[in-house]
Amino acid sequence: MTNTPHISVQDFNVYIENQHILKNININIPNKSVTSIIGPSGCGKTTLLKSFNRLLDNTANVKIDGKVLVDGENIYDPNVEVTHIRKKMGLLSQRPYPLPMSIYDNVAYGPRIHGIRNKSELDELVELQLKATGLWNEVKDRLNASATRLSIGQQQRLCLARGLAVEPEIILGDESTSALDPVSTHIIEDLFINLKQKYTIVLVTHILRQARRVSDYIIFVYMGKIIEFGPTEEVLLNPKEELTREYVKGFIS
Amino acid sequence: MIKRKIEELFFKVLMILATIIVTGSFFLIVGTIFSKGVPYMNLDMITKIPGGGFYIGKEGGVLNAIIGSLYIAGGATILGLIISIPVAIYINMYIDGKKFKSNLIRLAFDVLFGIPSIVYGAFGFLIMVYFGIRASLLGGIIAVTLLVIPILVRTLDEVIRTVPGELRDAALSLGATRWEAAKVILRQIRPGIFTAILLSFGRGIGDVASVLFTAGFSDNIPTSLHEPAATLPLAIFFQLGSPVEEVQGRAYASALILTIVVLIITVLAELLIKKFSKHKI
Amino acid sequence: MLVFTLASVSLVFVIGIGLYYRSIPILNKLSWFDLLTKSAWKPMKGLFGFYPFIMGTLWVTAIAIIIALPLSIFTSLYLVEYAHAKIKRVLIPFVNLLSGIPPVIYGVWGVLFIVPLIQEHIAPHFIEFSTGYSVLAGGIVLAVMIFPLIVSIITEVLTTIPQDLKDASLSIGATKWETIKKVIIRKATPGIIAATVLAISRAFGETIAVLMVCGNNAVVPHSVFDTGYPLPALIANNYGEMMSIPLYDSALMFAALLLFIIILLFNIISRVILARLERNLTT
Ligand SMILES: Nc1ncnc2c1ncn2[C@@H]1O[C@H](COP(=O)(O)OP(=O)(O)OP(=O)(O)O)[C@@H](O)[C@H]1O
Ligand SMILES: [Mg+2]
Repeated sequence: MTNTPHISVQDFNVYIENQHILKNININIPNKSVTSIIGPSGCGKTTLLKSFNRLLDNTANVKIDGKVLVDGENIYDPNVEVTHIRKKMGLLSQRPYPLPMSIYDNVAYGPRIHGIRNKSELDELVELQLKATGLWNEVKDRLNASATRLSIGQQQRLCLARGLAVEPEIILGDESTSALDPVSTHIIEDLFINLKQKYTIVLVTHILRQARRVSDYIIFVYMGKIIEFGPTEEVLLNPKEELTREYVKGFIS
Repeated sequence: MIKRKIEELFFKVLMILATIIVTGSFFLIVGTIFSKGVPYMNLDMITKIPGGGFYIGKEGGVLNAIIGSLYIAGGATILGLIISIPVAIYINMYIDGKKFKSNLIRLAFDVLFGIPSIVYGAFGFLIMVYFGIRASLLGGIIAVTLLVIPILVRTLDEVIRTVPGELRDAALSLGATRWEAAKVILRQIRPGIFTAILLSFGRGIGDVASVLFTAGFSDNIPTSLHEPAATLPLAIFFQLGSPVEEVQGRAYASALILTIVVLIITVLAELLIKKFSKHKI
Repeated sequence: MLVFTLASVSLVFVIGIGLYYRSIPILNKLSWFDLLTKSAWKPMKGLFGFYPFIMGTLWVTAIAIIIALPLSIFTSLYLVEYAHAKIKRVLIPFVNLLSGIPPVIYGVWGVLFIVPLIQEHIAPHFIEFSTGYSVLAGGIVLAVMIFPLIVSIITEVLTTIPQDLKDASLSIGATKWETIKKVIIRKATPGIIAATVLAISRAFGETIAVLMVCGNNAVVPHSVFDTGYPLPALIANNYGEMMSIPLYDSALMFAALLLFIIILLFNIISRVILARLERNLTT
């Protein structure tokens, strides 16, 4: 591996309602690059992703053991401040979930929570992040309109801007383009590629073409286990494991 | 960060306190009724009619009111079922394609459900005057039937909706007429019908305002539909206002009886409802 | 089936028309305005001013809502957002049991517990003397009666708010409470309004429990410790004797009509809001 890991998962197990969902996960997610998690439906991709920012905590009847180190700090340590961990990571879910407020307030939501009150500072931040996600020109005249009025693609970019506004180090995306049209999908994919200069990005995707286009590394998960991890081209074009080969077969041919 | 945590803690404590008050009020009510009612409870309460007049007589029990309540709640539930079952089936089968129409009918029953029993009582009284019926068992049954129809329809509608559409379609495609298909569905929802009966009976047995001027009041057990009948809640209400201590005690004991009966009914209904996961507001 | 359905649906109209028909005699004598705004209630002299009763109803209802709404909202939030599944399973049945308790039992409880509580422990801090029978007693009893209604609607609304939306806020580093305050409450507002409207209409119509603890004096209350005489209590208390006095029965029917109209409107409003909300949140 060329650079030091940003997220390091060690002997990690998750049980939900007494079912063993993630089995003995060990993985190092490289810094400032895009890593895609692929695998069949129900294999535990979302669960793995949510365990990175402790959103798993809210699931009923969940039992978690093992470590997840972010910047060397175990986020499952009882003394850790959950909100602090979450602030470090932006999450982009499957469908856009704009908060029930204006476009401006959506982006300003995080900074405000973390104590920024100054109006001009907020204005600046909002503009910066809306520009970073290419939304600024589309919405600058209606910043006070409800966020739900935007198109789905715009909403998803707004959600990204909202996540970026708290200056995270990591971006997590769970099939973030699956609800979008091809054009919006392309815009988001390009954003990910650009954002990896500054952020570590972990994406869950079903679309192998997308995985190949945006990611540097691929994790293949099957029935709660990590089967293979490696650089994109290697995993997709020359998999070492039989199970991976089976899964990416359609892609190679 | 400290400030944010304190705020969170503060409101969490507030929420827990609120929850304690809301759920605790149940225990407070039941506790009050039990502690006041148990000392006055005896076998006479449920085996004898009041001696020497319900308002002043120190002897006897409230058998007349227990029987009256059973008659009225039972009669109204049976009558209500006869009307409600076809309605619930109609909403779900005949106008399935026209969502708007069935939702409008549902809205009507939701609204009927919200109409207070005093209005049903007043309206029941109007019907009685119109047909020349005096305050009697029959009058009480009519008023309470009006009261429980919305409960029955809403509950039945809710359980019928949990029957998978395929089952219904299968029944229909086998060449069954809609009525036969309805019978298949009725068999499916038998526990649901039982829930509806319990809820309706529980509401009917506990309500005062609807029977206040429709059922009259009597110290005797009614022997025909045209005789006035006492009901348990009304007996509680009247006896509580008596200056005689023994009579007041009878009110407490009656309240205890009614509470126990209604709690049993509610718990049973609750257990049955669990079978149909989602239940309505 | 159609016949039964139409018959029971049209009950809404039949009740309205029936009550109106019986109110005509008094409406011929006195205008709506006079009936609603005059304070003198002397049936023997033909004076039928409903103002004190309307105010009695409003006082009791307002007190009930002021007590019940915040408690119910906090309870629902706790049950849905914080409580562990096990605690939830234990607590929710008690809320449902509360809704099964008959009104008269609430009334008995009010007389035995709330009235003495007010008389001995609450009122003495504020005024010289109170029997305890007051609009406050009515309001408290009513508040407890409407807890289950409000809690069940709001918990249902809260559970339909998608977890992903809550996650969106949490993932930015908001605490659970911040998420509740800024996102969940906002999303649930229509539901809370609908629940409140429904609870108000329920409180308006509640008869026996309120009648037992309010004191029933036909004067406009000026403080929470004053007695009050809500409309339903008026109807219930006077039905027996009304026949001998001219117009009395018509006046009481008018009271029932008034209740009916207000409650009908409130119910329709809240049900429409709830139906909309359900559509919006589930699609
Ligand atoms: N809250 C929950 N309760 C019960 N089981 C759950 C829960 N969340 C996840 N699971 C189970 O955990 C397993 C993994 O789920 P997960 O959502 O992580 O899969 P996934 O790989 O993201 O699937 P998909 O590609 O369909 O999104 C599944 O078998 C699922 O049924
Ligand atoms: Mg998933």
